[in-house]
Amino acid sequence: MGRYVARRLLQMIPVFFGTTLLIFLMVYALPGDPVSGLFGDKGGSPQVIAALKHEYGLDLPIYEQYFNYMRDMILHADFGTQIASGRPVTDVLGDAFPVTLRLAGLAFAFEAVLGLTLGVLSGLRAGRVTDNAILLITLLLISVPVFVLGFILQMVFADQLGWVAPSVNDDTDLTQFILPAVVLGTASLAYVTRLTRTSIAENLRADYIRTAVAKGLPRRRVVGVHLMRNSLIPVVTYLGADLGALMGGAVVTEHIFNIHGVGGTIAESIVRREGTTLIGLVTILVLVYLLASLLVDLLYAVLDPRIRYA
Amino acid sequence: MPDVTKTDVKDAVAEAAETPAAAPATPAKSEKARSLWGDAWADLRRSWIFIVSSLLILFLLTITFFPGWFTSTDPILGDLSKHYLQKPKLGEIGSADWLGYDQQGRSVYARVIYGTRASVAVGFGTTIVVTLAGGLVGMIAGYFGGVVDSILSRLTDVFFGIPFLLGTMVALNSFEHRTTWVVIGALGFFGWTQIARVMRGAVITTKQADYVQAAKALGASTPRIMFRHILPNSLAPVIVVATISLGVYIGAEATLSYLGLGLSGVSWGNDISDGGNQIRVAQWIMLYPSIMLSITVLAFIMLGEAVRNALDPKMR
Amino acid sequence: MTVIEETSVPSPRDGGADGGPLLEVRDLHVEFKTREGLVKAVNGVNYSVSAGETLAVLGESGSGKSVTAQAVMGILDMPPARIPQGEILFRGQDMLKMSAEERRRIRGQRIAMIFQDALSSLNPVLSVGYQLGEMFRVHQGMSKKDAKAKAIELMDRVKIPAAAARVNDYPHQFSGGMRQRIMIAMALALEPDLIIADEPTTALDVTVQAQVMELLAELQREYNMGLILITHDLGVVADVADKIAVMYAGRIVERAPVHQLYKRPAHPYTRGLLDSIPRLDHKGQELYAIKGLPPNLLRMPSGCAFNPRCPKAQDICREEIPALVPVTEQDGSELVGRASACHFWKETIHG
Repeated sequence: MGRYVARRLLQMIPVFFGTTLLIFLMVYALPGDPVSGLFGDKGGSPQVIAALKHEYGLDLPIYEQYFNYMRDMILHADFGTQIASGRPVTDVLGDAFPVTLRLAGLAFAFEAVLGLTLGVLSGLRAGRVTDNAILLITLLLISVPVFVLGFILQMVFADQLGWVAPSVNDDTDLTQFILPAVVLGTASLAYVTRLTRTSIAENLRADYIRTAVAKGLPRRRVVGVHLMRNSLIPVVTYLGADLGALMGGAVVTEHIFNIHGVGGTIAESIVRREGTTLIGLVTILVLVYLLASLLVDLLYAVLDPRIRYA
Repeated sequence: MPDVTKTDVKDAVAEAAETPAAAPATPAKSEKARSLWGDAWADLRRSWIFIVSSLLILFLLTITFFPGWFTSTDPILGDLSKHYLQKPKLGEIGSADWLGYDQQGRSVYARVIYGTRASVAVGFGTTIVVTLAGGLVGMIAGYFGGVVDSILSRLTDVFFGIPFLLGTMVALNSFEHRTTWVVIGALGFFGWTQIARVMRGAVITTKQADYVQAAKALGASTPRIMFRHILPNSLAPVIVVATISLGVYIGAEATLSYLGLGLSGVSWGNDISDGGNQIRVAQWIMLYPSIMLSITVLAFIMLGEAVRNALDPKMR
Repeated sequence: MTVIEETSVPSPRDGGADGGPLLEVRDLHVEFKTREGLVKAVNGVNYSVSAGETLAVLGESGSGKSVTAQAVMGILDMPPARIPQGEILFRGQDMLKMSAEERRRIRGQRIAMIFQDALSSLNPVLSVGYQLGEMFRVHQGMSKKDAKAKAIELMDRVKIPAAAARVNDYPHQFSGGMRQRIMIAMALALEPDLIIADEPTTALDVTVQAQVMELLAELQREYNMGLILITHDLGVVADVADKIAVMYAGRIVERAPVHQLYKRPAHPYTRGLLDSIPRLDHKGQELYAIKGLPPNLLRMPSGCAFNPRCPKAQDICREEIPALVPVTEQDGSELVGRASACHFWKETIHG
């Protein structure tokens, strides 16, 4: 196990450098730059711009910029500075992350609880009316793009029924996050449902379920212990991976509901061409993603004794 | 003791619904032996999901290629005399007034019809790109294994590590005029990894099959083994994922448009985005493109679902 | 070990309430609704087993032998399966008329089953100790700790080495033979009256097959249980079975005490099966095989289901389904326990 973790961590190193390099190259291939952007349409004097560029190291060749950036990051945990505000990227992230955490947490609870319930229900009744109805609903939910769903729910619950505020104006009020969380979690909810359903329906026909019935176990034990233990393995790992993805922020959802989380900050940096902020944020996200996928793999081993680490 | 290695189990679970198992689940009770594909086709023809989704897709393709059959109104020229607050005349099916007008006096119906082409083109184009690119990478990685596999798998990880939407946003942000090809390129650049992973898993499974070992033992050449034996037997999961992702890419294009980074020109995503600003006064500007978009995505996802059920003997 | 001594004392078992057989299957029919149509898997099967007796049910795959056993066990998936008629009497009581809860109490406790493929039949993510102990916890309300002790005891009983050390292992960590022993231990846990073993050795190596069969036979004698042994392998049957029922296309085509069946088969199908066993004294001769394939259950041939493959088929075989009738000696004296469903049983056994 220890050796496996070590090997996986080693494998992450090239992936980490590759991903940051890729994002770095893409950001610096963008026409326009954040310094000129600071001065708006009038434009600053060329000397001032050149000085600022020099200060941020933007006049160096790109490989040197990358090298400097990675050096600062690794040696000083310095992820760069947001040029517009002059604040370190880690500070910007520190503001945005708790907001995203609230949104992601709620969305996760929503998709996990409802998705598992619907999936189990559907899987146990595979091929019957309930199953087909749930199938249709999940397909619909997967098909409606997030921003359309966001608009619709906003229109119905905020504008017409007036139950909730149309957008989040208090980051600390969890109730304001309910609607955004539903919007964010819906697509995953559908996937969790489908995955659980497939897994349950498939395992229901497994030989060991027949054995459990032949042992004279009550149905709730056959389902609750024998069926669930096996069927939930892929679902739990999906949920693990999805939690990582949710942490990465939800660009669209945050945009619709005016939430200042990680996704919103990233979208803002893209539009403002804030290269350093963008790279810093994405780099942190990549780290989160890599760690999440490692944890998911380890979780897998805990759940399924058949897995050996070679 | 069976060697259930980690990758085996992972692949088996990841593609639980997609493994091209050869043995039918029910004891073969029909006289003639049918192939996996023959069986799948027989299954598909009976599936209501398949019938509904293919009819929808046929309909969408007709709109794409012959928008003039459905409307004679120009989708770009606005007629400001048509006040955009004029409510849709839902009784006049197919007229320019049918679905109302947008804030520039353009017929929403005409824009919905002409917007189809953009979405369908992006969907098909991206799917072709990712299937070819991802399929090739996955096939090479799975077939050769070893160092080649390690390098290609890490490369896949690198692209997979960047969130899909963020990556395409950054890429598209550097283009002022975003043509269909540009959008396809950006979606494809970050989208091929999924197909590559699925293909790699399928190839590794197929490679261990006895008939491949037999072909090797008989001295078949590498290209022959790859294309005659492994490819046809690894395609099933790839086809399923590709069909579903076709719908997903159409949705992604619209999402990018919503964020202001999609296609330039007539597209559902742009109209939904514009309509979102008018949502309190003129819901129809947003509503009808949204409905068309959702139906389109649904059609492809349903098709993928039907194909998956048909190709997976375990689901029967 | 004293504990084992105590539990292993065979309790005297009687037959049914009226001294009849332990299990009696009467005119059982099972059909499956499939997309292609109605599959009649079992068409009027009769058999019985008494305490201490071994009945071997012999047949090819698709002959309905496993489906009959699953119907007895009550583990058929209904739907698609349906039991349109028949009775399954356990100690004189029709199990088909019992409530689901009553049947559940019988399963595992009174009637237990051993499956063919122990690897897939054991839950892969639960330890064998847990799966064995579950029997005691569910049926006897035993504590987790006591159940584990019982599980170790059981594993000892079926001769798994180092049972105490391996009780927390998972099924995939055992060899095929050991896994099948665990299946046997599980079936044996509550000392049931009847064990149904569905091809218990088919998935095993030949050398291990004999050991497992021996173990099963030994435990059966010790506990005086009834045993239904389902197999397609005539070799397995000879040493352990008391009587044999040969099934073909959902019907019993011949019934006989084991040694009589080998000596003088009364059905052409049985004869075909016996002739297709390779024999050392026929070395160099071509091996006999029954021509043709088992029938399609959706399109059953008219008359005797075996007629398309039968070397003796006449017109009557294509028109009339032969009933299972008692077989007698040439002089008309009864042959106890023998019956054949062939229009020409006389010619087959005597000619």
